Amino acid sequence: MSNLIKYVSNTASIIEDEWQKVTLPPSHEPERKQAGKVVLFKLTGEKTVHADQIAETVIPATGKILIPLSVWLVRKDEFTDRLKAGELGIWMETHKLVETLVESQADLNVFPLIAVHVERFADGRIFSIGTLLRTRYGYKNELRATGDVLRDQLFFLKRSGFDSFLIRADRSAKDALQSLKDFSEPYQGAVDNPVPLFKRYNRNATMELKP
Amino acid sequence: MYKYDQLDQQIVDERVTQYRDQVRRYLAGELTEEEFRPLRLQNGLYIQRQAPMLRIAVPYGMLSSRQLRKLGDLARRFDKGYAHFSTRQNCQLNWPKLEDTPEILAELATVEMHAIQTSGNCIRNITTDQFAGIAPDEVVDPRAMAEILRQWSTFHPEFALLPRKFKIAVSGTKQDRAIVQAHDIGMEFYLDANQKLAIKVWVGGGLGRTPILGSVIREHLEWQHAPTYCEAIVRVYNLHGRRDNAYKARIKILVKALGIEEFSKQVEAEWAHLKDSQNTITQAELARVSEHFEPMPYATLSVNSASYEAAIASNKAFANWVKRSVHAHKQAGYRAVTLSLKAHGIAPGDATSEQMEVVADLAEAYSFGELRVSHEQNLILADVALDDLFPLWEKARAHGLATPNVGLLTDIICCPGGDFCSLANAKSIPIALAIQDQFDNLDYLHDIGDLELNISGCMNGCGHHSIGHIGILGVDKDGSEWYQVALGGKQGNDASIGTVIGPAFSAEEMPSVVQRLIDVYIQERTPEERFIDTVRRIGTAPFKANVYANKETSLV
Ligand code: SF4
Repeated sequence: MSNLIKYVSNTASIIEDEWQKVTLPPSHEPERKQAGKVVLFKLTGEKTVHADQIAETVIPATGKILIPLSVWLVRKDEFTDRLKAGELGIWMETHKLVETLVESQADLNVFPLIAVHVERFADGRIFSIGTLLRTRYGYKNELRATGDVLRDQLFFLKRSGFDSFLIRADRSAKDALQSLKDFSEPYQGAVDNPVPLFKRYNRNATMELKP
Repeated sequence: MYKYDQLDQQIVDERVTQYRDQVRRYLAGELTEEEFRPLRLQNGLYIQRQAPMLRIAVPYGMLSSRQLRKLGDLARRFDKGYAHFSTRQNCQLNWPKLEDTPEILAELATVEMHAIQTSGNCIRNITTDQFAGIAPDEVVDPRAMAEILRQWSTFHPEFALLPRKFKIAVSGTKQDRAIVQAHDIGMEFYLDANQKLAIKVWVGGGLGRTPILGSVIREHLEWQHAPTYCEAIVRVYNLHGRRDNAYKARIKILVKALGIEEFSKQVEAEWAHLKDSQNTITQAELARVSEHFEPMPYATLSVNSASYEAAIASNKAFANWVKRSVHAHKQAGYRAVTLSLKAHGIAPGDATSEQMEVVADLAEAYSFGELRVSHEQNLILADVALDDLFPLWEKARAHGLATPNVGLLTDIICCPGGDFCSLANAKSIPIALAIQDQFDNLDYLHDIGDLELNISGCMNGCGHHSIGHIGILGVDKDGSEWYQVALGGKQGNDASIGTVIGPAFSAEEMPSVVQRLIDVYIQERTPEERFIDTVRRIGTAPFKANVYANKETSLV
């Protein structure tokens, strides 16, 4: 049973996942700890992706493929046809910068799908990344949250511009669906509705709750 | 104060439903401990040493009599009949049962209260000056903006899971009383050269581990941009703040690592995109919210009251209390009153259910049914007529709410510490009580004069020890509890971080250590000097010498 929730014309439902997620093979390089290295003024402590991993990543010959950002950056030219066929999506981790993707491909709307992978559900960078993709870089197609995606974060993900959610395999997507309706009228503007409450209603007269 | 409309009410009601279900799923084993943790924290629920602790939000410290009565009632029904008021102007129940917390929240919602974002790695309760709206030195009443920012930050989707907690303070006075420089974002509202409302913005202050005062990121920001400018700051932090080490995860570490220039460059670049976007406040919205903070319907009173003057002249106890607890007011014939929650022998900031009910009644009888919580952990009645001060004092005194020690040494600011808090290195309440005991002579206390003594049970600094004139920090050495003493910290415009004077002391030594510090001050002070002034003039060396000299002799 699929664990993918997707909004189609404003209604969220559970649908089959058509995309094959491509992952990097393990590296042959000896693991070197990166701790202490400051990357873009932040200590990420993330594993580096090695060239051999990128080179050895196996790309399925047919169907819709979701490839890692690192593979896209290096092997971009291989994917021209797949991209044209609407069969290429990109996934990135939360410690990667949106700007890296944008520098490699100015018009993000050539991708039918961008996925952001969150390693731990408590990593709120995913919300800013979604917001930037939608508001700053004009991405309009499917934006998917993958990884440690749990029901109690869905409402925030939705408000940050995500419209599909691959719920962690051991949890029920059906249960998770309900959380998308947790709050009917949020205060602040965000991606899903940029207009804040005080502009949506005449709050001098909201004792009757009329828009 | 701000009153909910149906939209505000709907949000807190829906929150209760959401939280009730989260607790249900946790108890049913559908949520792991780790998954439930951020959820309960964002609702103010800690799992503590003895029992859970529930932190209830008191937005910018404002309460109505009705709300305080409800708090008293909840403390009686779901706790041991008392509650604790914290340095973040919030209210904490120390012994509720996890299973009861949804019900407590549902009860709170009936009086327009909640526990949203009182903990967890998100934007916390916004704090301000306890004399907002009535202080004679106030330039701008910051409460309407604090309310607008409260709404903006409530469930802000982009900032729901930040690297670490995030605290905002606002003020509108020349003399800062909201410690804006010690917050992740501090906003001082003022009127600019064109008499337009503007904000001076600080960023990267904080009192926990590595206490540091904030840096000015913007001298002048037009008021309507407050939310979008905060969005720019918090976004840069959310994306680039460290997440690999909780002790290095506050925004102050990022600001320090980048330098304020680079940090503000990044913020400004971000803000260029956000400026004037939809979250920009409209004049109409400011006007709507401001209406809730209109001055009270004051009576026209003369500046003096004969009965009040007579009571001072004839009653020394009343006069002592007036000296410490009665504060100036914008309106002729009115005063603000601090009800001390620092009765000697009671944990600082604690109030019983009965006391809360008494204060609620007093507020209703004498102060338009409203009150405030101060970050010094006292309760404030902000609008009391001169003639009412004496009867108010008599009633407050009868319930242990009129200890005349406000602003004095025994008005100790103290976190719950090792008795309650699972993060603590050491107990803090017994130290506070022992010091209060040592200085139990009122005349002596008044002679020592203005002094702020702060105690935190660990580096997190909830007792704001690093800005105490005397700051005491519980530390753990080889599994036992020790106390480090710092001198010369201060809140206000000329804020400073205290300097540690040397090796830590045991709990038993603490009252005499404080005594020796006071002895040096009494000996060295000039007639007009407060404790902090003397420390600043002569430095910490003489204090240190006196404290440790004696210690060494006793060791030989
Ligand atoms: S300072 Fe430490 S011990 Fe005290 S309340 Fe805060 S976390 Fe707990």
